[in-house]
Amino acid sequence: MAQQTLSVLVENSPGVLARVASLFSRRGYNIDSLAVGPTEDPQVSRMTIVLNLDGHALDQVSAQLYKLVNVIGIQEMTESMAHQRELLLLKVTGKSADIKPSLAGLAAEIVDERDGVCIIQAVASAKDLAEMVNRLSKFGIKELVQSGSIALELGAKTLAEQTAIETGLATSESHEQTKDYQN
Amino acid sequence: MSNEITGAQALVKSLERAGVDVMFGIPGGAILPAYDPIYDSKIRHILVRHEQGAGHAATGYAQVTGKVGVCIATSGPGATNLVTPLADAHMDSVPMVAITGQVPGPAIGTDAFQEADIRGITMPITKHNYLITDPLDIPKAIAEAFYIAGSGRPGPVLVDIAKDALQKMTTFTYPKRAELRGYRPQLEPDSKSIRDAAALIAESTKPVFYVGGGVIKANAAKELLKLAEVVGAPVVTTLMARGAFPDSHPQHLGMPGMHGTVAAVTALQKADLLITLGARFDDRVTGKLSTFAVNAKIIHADIDPAEIGKNRYADVPIIGDLAPIMRELAPAVEQEFKKRKPDLTTWWRQMNSLRSTYPLGYNEPSDGSVSPQYVIERIGQLTGPDAIYVAGVGQHQMWASQFIKYENPRSWLNSGGLGTMGYAVPAAMGAKVGAPDTPIWAIDGDGCFQMTNQELVTCALNDIPVKVAIINNESLGMVRQWQTLFYKERYSNTDLHSKRIPDFAKLAEAMGCVGLRCESKGDVDRIIKEANSINDAPVVVDFSVHRDAMVWPMVAAGTSNDDIMIAKEMAPDWDSQEL
Repeated sequence: MAQQTLSVLVENSPGVLARVASLFSRRGYNIDSLAVGPTEDPQVSRMTIVLNLDGHALDQVSAQLYKLVNVIGIQEMTESMAHQRELLLLKVTGKSADIKPSLAGLAAEIVDERDGVCIIQAVASAKDLAEMVNRLSKFGIKELVQSGSIALELGAKTLAEQTAIETGLATSESHEQTKDYQN
Repeated sequence: MSNEITGAQALVKSLERAGVDVMFGIPGGAILPAYDPIYDSKIRHILVRHEQGAGHAATGYAQVTGKVGVCIATSGPGATNLVTPLADAHMDSVPMVAITGQVPGPAIGTDAFQEADIRGITMPITKHNYLITDPLDIPKAIAEAFYIAGSGRPGPVLVDIAKDALQKMTTFTYPKRAELRGYRPQLEPDSKSIRDAAALIAESTKPVFYVGGGVIKANAAKELLKLAEVVGAPVVTTLMARGAFPDSHPQHLGMPGMHGTVAAVTALQKADLLITLGARFDDRVTGKLSTFAVNAKIIHADIDPAEIGKNRYADVPIIGDLAPIMRELAPAVEQEFKKRKPDLTTWWRQMNSLRSTYPLGYNEPSDGSVSPQYVIERIGQLTGPDAIYVAGVGQHQMWASQFIKYENPRSWLNSGGLGTMGYAVPAAMGAKVGAPDTPIWAIDGDGCFQMTNQELVTCALNDIPVKVAIINNESLGMVRQWQTLFYKERYSNTDLHSKRIPDFAKLAEAMGCVGLRCESKGDVDRIIKEANSINDAPVVVDFSVHRDAMVWPMVAAGTSNDDIMIAKEMAPDWDSQEL
C-alpha cells in the first residue's frame, strides 16, 4: 500500500473536521495521520492528510472530499515537490550526556532533563523519525508522542492561489451563482 | 429598533424569498416559535401525521415539480424521524430542505429534553447541513440551503436552528448571491471531452445508452431523444430513469439490472461502448462488477465528478450538466458520422432477436387467484402515461417499473437507492400536492402500506386525492421470493396475514378515504375505473393477489449479469442467439 499526502484547504467552520473524518470512515479510506491548523487566512484552515490507499484511487478520494461544501481546495503533496515534516516528542531514560551522541546528524534536541529522564524534540520526515526512535530504543523509551505530518509546496506557488484559479474565484464575479437563490 | 424581527420571522421570510409555496411538517417544542409566523404566511403548511411522512412528501413534491421540497420538524425525535427520508433523498439525489428546531443554544450539549445532535447524525446523509445559533445567520443559511439542494447534483440539506435563535430579535437581510468558496458545480462540459466522446461513438459498432436518473434531474429528456436518434444506438433506462426515454420508442430496450429485461441486461454486457448519462454503476445494475460489460469502453457523463471512476473506470469522463452535454454531443457526433458512420445492423439484429425472444411477461396463477402483474399492468393501461405512478419497495415496485409504460419524465417515482419501504403513500401525497391536476397512483405492497399509511389521514383532511393500489400478497413478497430461491422455501417471518388483518378497505374508510376491495380477475378493470372516477377523496384499493408470483428476469445478488435467469432455474437459451 502506497502512502500519499493530501493538503486540503477548508472553511474554518464548526463541524468541518467531523465531516472529513466521517467521509473517510464511511468510504473506508485509511488515514495514517491528520493534522489541522490555521493558515495565513483566518477564515481558512489547512488539513494535511496522510493516507494509505488500498484500491481507491487518489482522484476518487479527492473528488469525494471536494464534494464537501466546506472544502475549498485540495492538492497532492509528492515527495519531490513538497517539504514535509512531523514533530516528535520522546521521553527517554538516561542522562543527556549519554543520549546526545545518538542524536548526531538528526534535527533533534534535548529540551528537558529531570528525574533521570530526558525529553527529546525532533522535527523530521517520518522515515528519519522512525530511524531516530530505533537508535534511541536502547535507552528505554518511556513515552512517545508524534504529530501528524504537515507539508508545504516548494517554490512560489500557493495552494490558496491555485484553488482560486481552478475554481474561478480569482475573478471575483461569479456568473451561475447569482440567480439561483430563488427556488 | 423598529425594523427588527424575530429569528422565526426571519426564517419564514427567507422561505418565502426562496420561493417556497408548500411545506410538510409537524410542530413541537423547539420549532414552536417558527410556527407562529407560519400561521400568517402565504406558504401552505400541510400538517402530516409523522415526520417521516413530511420528508417523503417533500421528496415526492420535488421529484414531480423539479423544485426543492421542504419539510419541517421539531428537535430530538421530530428530527430523527426525518433521518430515513433524508437518507432516501440523498441516495436518489432529490433536492430537499429540511428545517428542524434545536434546543436553545445554552442547552446544546447538555442532553436537554428532546435534544439530538441532528447535524452530526445527518452529516453522511445530507449534501450539506447547518446548525444555526445566531438569528442573524438564518437568512444566509436558508438561501445557501436552497441553492445547494437544487444545484449541481441535487440533494437534501438540513438546517437545524436553536430555539433561542428563533426567539431573539434580529435584522433581516436576504443575501442576493451565493458566496460559497467550496461549492461551485461545473455545469458546462469541457469541449475536448465532447470531441473524445463523439470520436468513440463513431468507432463503436455495439454502443448502448446507459441512462440514469440524472437525465430526469437535468430536465434533459428532449436532449436525450435527439442524441439517441442521432447515434441510433439501443437505450436502456435504469430504475431511476424510467420515463426519461419513451417506452414506446423503438430504440428502447427497457430497464437493465437485477430485474431488467434480457435485452437490456445483455445489451450492456455485450456492448463495446456504454454512453453513460447520469448513472452511477450501481451494484443493482452492474451485478458482479468485475464481470460487467467487460468489452465496453465507457463514456461517463455526470455532474458529480466523484461518480467518475468510483465503480468503473471511465475512458472518457464528461463533467457537467447533462442538458448542455447532450446538446453539444449530438452535433459533434453528426460531424464525426460525416467522416465515418459505423454500421449497427448486426448489433440491432442481435438486440431485436433478444427483445422478441425474451419479452417481459408473467404466468397466470393456476389456482384462479389474480396475478399481481396483471393488476399493475391494467392500472397503467387504464390510467395512461400522463398519470404519475409512485411505488413502494419490493416486488410491486419492480412490476410497476416493468409493466407500466412510461412516456414522460417525472411520471415514475420510487425509492431506488435506499430502497425505503413505506415511501409510496407519503411520496404520492407530495406528488399530488405538486401536480394537483394529474392522477397519482401509489402502487404499494401490503408490507409497505402498513409502514406509512397514516398519511392518508393527511390526504383526506387536506384535499389530496391520491389513489393507492395495495398489491396484497399477504407477505413481504420480495423477501419471500428470496426465501423461495435461496433459503429452501423456509418462510421465516415474511407472512403478514394481511388478508385477514388489517381489513385495508375498512382502515381506508376509517381514515376518511374510499376503501375498495378486488378479489377476482373479472373485477380488476371495473374497480380500477371506479377508483379513477373518484377525484374528491383518496381511494385505497386492496387487490388480493397470488402470493407465489415472482419477479423475473433476475440476476441474483452478487452474481454476474451473464447469469441472468428468466424463471426459476431457467437461463435464456444463449446457444440459439447470435451474440
